[in-house]
Amino acid sequence: MATQTHIEVVMPQMGVSVSEGTIVKWLKSEGEATKADEPLLEISTDKVDTEVPSPADGILDRIVKPEGETVPVGTTIALITPTDAAAGRSGVLESLAAPSGAGTHEAAASVPNGPGGGRAFVSPVVARIAAEQSVDLSLVPGSGRGGRVTKKDLLDYIERTAGTDAETTPRPVAAPAPVPQPQASSAPHFETPGERHERMSQMRLGIAEHMRRSLDTAAHATTVFEVDMSRVFDIRTRLKPEYLEKHGVRLTYLSFVARATVEALRNWPWLNGEVRGEEVVTRGFVNLSIAVALDESKGLIVPVIRGAEGLNLLGIARAIQDLSERARAKRLIPDEVQGGTFTITNPGGYGSIIGTPIINQPQVAILDVEALVKRAIVISDDNGADAIAIRPIMNLCLSFDHRLIDGAYAVQFMAEVRANLQNWNEERY
Amino acid sequence: MPEMTYLQAISDGLRQEMRRDERVFVIGEDVGVYGGAFKVTVGFLEEFGPWRVIDAPLSEIAIAGSATGAALMGLRPVAELQFADFVSCAWDHLVTVAAKQYYRAGTPVPLVLRLPSGGGFSGGPFHSQSPESSFTHVPGLKVVCPATPRDAKGLLATAVEDPNPVLYFEHKHLYRRIKADVPEGRYTVPFGKARVHRAGNDVTLVTWGAMVYTAAEAADELRGEGISVEILDLRTLQPWDKQAVLESVAKTSKLLILHEDTRTSGFGAEIAAQVAEEAFENLDAPIKRVAAPDTPIPFSPPLEKAFIPQVADVASALRELVAY
Repeated sequence: MATQTHIEVVMPQMGVSVSEGTIVKWLKSEGEATKADEPLLEISTDKVDTEVPSPADGILDRIVKPEGETVPVGTTIALITPTDAAAGRSGVLESLAAPSGAGTHEAAASVPNGPGGGRAFVSPVVARIAAEQSVDLSLVPGSGRGGRVTKKDLLDYIERTAGTDAETTPRPVAAPAPVPQPQASSAPHFETPGERHERMSQMRLGIAEHMRRSLDTAAHATTVFEVDMSRVFDIRTRLKPEYLEKHGVRLTYLSFVARATVEALRNWPWLNGEVRGEEVVTRGFVNLSIAVALDESKGLIVPVIRGAEGLNLLGIARAIQDLSERARAKRLIPDEVQGGTFTITNPGGYGSIIGTPIINQPQVAILDVEALVKRAIVISDDNGADAIAIRPIMNLCLSFDHRLIDGAYAVQFMAEVRANLQNWNEERY
Repeated sequence: MPEMTYLQAISDGLRQEMRRDERVFVIGEDVGVYGGAFKVTVGFLEEFGPWRVIDAPLSEIAIAGSATGAALMGLRPVAELQFADFVSCAWDHLVTVAAKQYYRAGTPVPLVLRLPSGGGFSGGPFHSQSPESSFTHVPGLKVVCPATPRDAKGLLATAVEDPNPVLYFEHKHLYRRIKADVPEGRYTVPFGKARVHRAGNDVTLVTWGAMVYTAAEAADELRGEGISVEILDLRTLQPWDKQAVLESVAKTSKLLILHEDTRTSGFGAEIAAQVAEEAFENLDAPIKRVAAPDTPIPFSPPLEKAFIPQVADVASALRELVAY
């Protein structure tokens, strides 16, 4: 019975700092066949939302962790019987089933230990009793922290198995009372009629923590620049069909701003830097973070264009399109959302004209790209006389960390971004 | 059985000892005419006279020194310090003379020193300490910390009988707050025997003094969550009932130690070390301590509340252990 003919599906490690994940949706139901690498479920972590592929061809025997549950990395969330072992699966299931009479929900609450029990910590008393009673700990469902087998789990198990060995007639075994698991989240909550309560997603919790921490860390200040986008407007109108036909890339204003920003960051390296203790870190590269809003306003994700300093307009436009499409399809890998050095956010698409964004820690600045609006402005004509003209104007807002970046530094950088856009150099960019 | 406060039980026990044995006398600041700072010896001067109820000068050295000398000469002094905090002045007599005399010269020192200790009433850094742990580190001294009126009386009788110097820490916060039935006649409570304040199965909580009541409140809270806590009141720290602790830990496999004294080198450290040495294979979770932070005791009531372990601190530590 100890032979393991099933394969465990575990909560994957989605990045170094990710310790737990939430099961969003099972894409297969119990008893359904699945193929290796076929999406099995969707998970959400505080860094990314993604699909988890099936580790093997086989049948999804049991879903151990239901939708909505948050579990530590490495926790068994499902069992798959591989196709070639499907014949022997009933025995395995019995060994994992709940004590007679217990509902499947109690059973699902316990986590079988990994093979050999090596994954979870074994306490001294559990080690001693297991040795004295010759119990294979990998067979004992654990209810302790991280699925650890507690002394009580082990004693319950010994009592259960002793009963089945001694007598073939089933002995009435009381279903173990569900162990109360007091958790931090068990704070009392009160409902007022008409209110609806739902738990925040992992991503929402992550954003909440990150935003609050940023305001607690950086000395935020924001500056706003008006940019005359006439030249960019003309160039985009001309290049747009060509980009779409030749390269399959939508040429957006955001791409122009991103390219102009990367160019200006060369001359204002602190804005691409970081405050680390009492040191200033600057870089010879730009990893450009682009904030992408997810559908139905269900959060946002900030993928990173690595080595943006080496990309021309086409390269940047292509990278933005690729990353934002994959972010919305939940197909980013953890490395693609880490290591950014400067962020651009783009609420202008919705008509916003001014914003004071929060810096994406540990960066020191974030550029906010606002709506392109045609405005009547005063210009000087060729004869030096004032005239009113209609121009496409875009506001760019920069929030910067005043601990490191002085106002003069920030506005000179912004003036350069503006100049790069107003005098767009097609050959160079 | 009459109901007595913790303070009345001490007073009653002391009066009985003085009636029983002529060698027993009391000495301390204001113990005579005034009846003691906390009124433990009210009426004693009238009953036993000025030779056996001695008002001492404002000098803990004089009190400890003269009591040590009297004990050496065969009397049974029960000396009182107004506040345990000032025992530092008496350190030399207690630690250098009283504790070592028997080992050096074979002469017993049957001295009892009563030490009103503990906080919880905004007494500040000089009137709130729980210095019992320091004296557990001095071979030759016995350390007693009663939590209930019955134990307060019975342990005092045992202390007076004992041929060694005994430091009797009475918790000021319990004086008039705790009331219970106390046997009328003379009885003794043995040293080195813990009392099961409450039996339980899921986690062992070892404590003493006023923290017994904090522990009980926390255990009440957890009972509603289906968690059963076994509370052991050590009653005496030197000697302490290691056997009872080991037996309870063998049952529950989880141990929380709670004390009002500061954390570092508090007596909880000794208990934790002994359990780790002798019951390692019975442990199902790390040993935990809840104790005061390593600072002097603040005056400010909110700060003092943050300093002295509260019911919520104990309950959350218990929950952590149970969930481990």
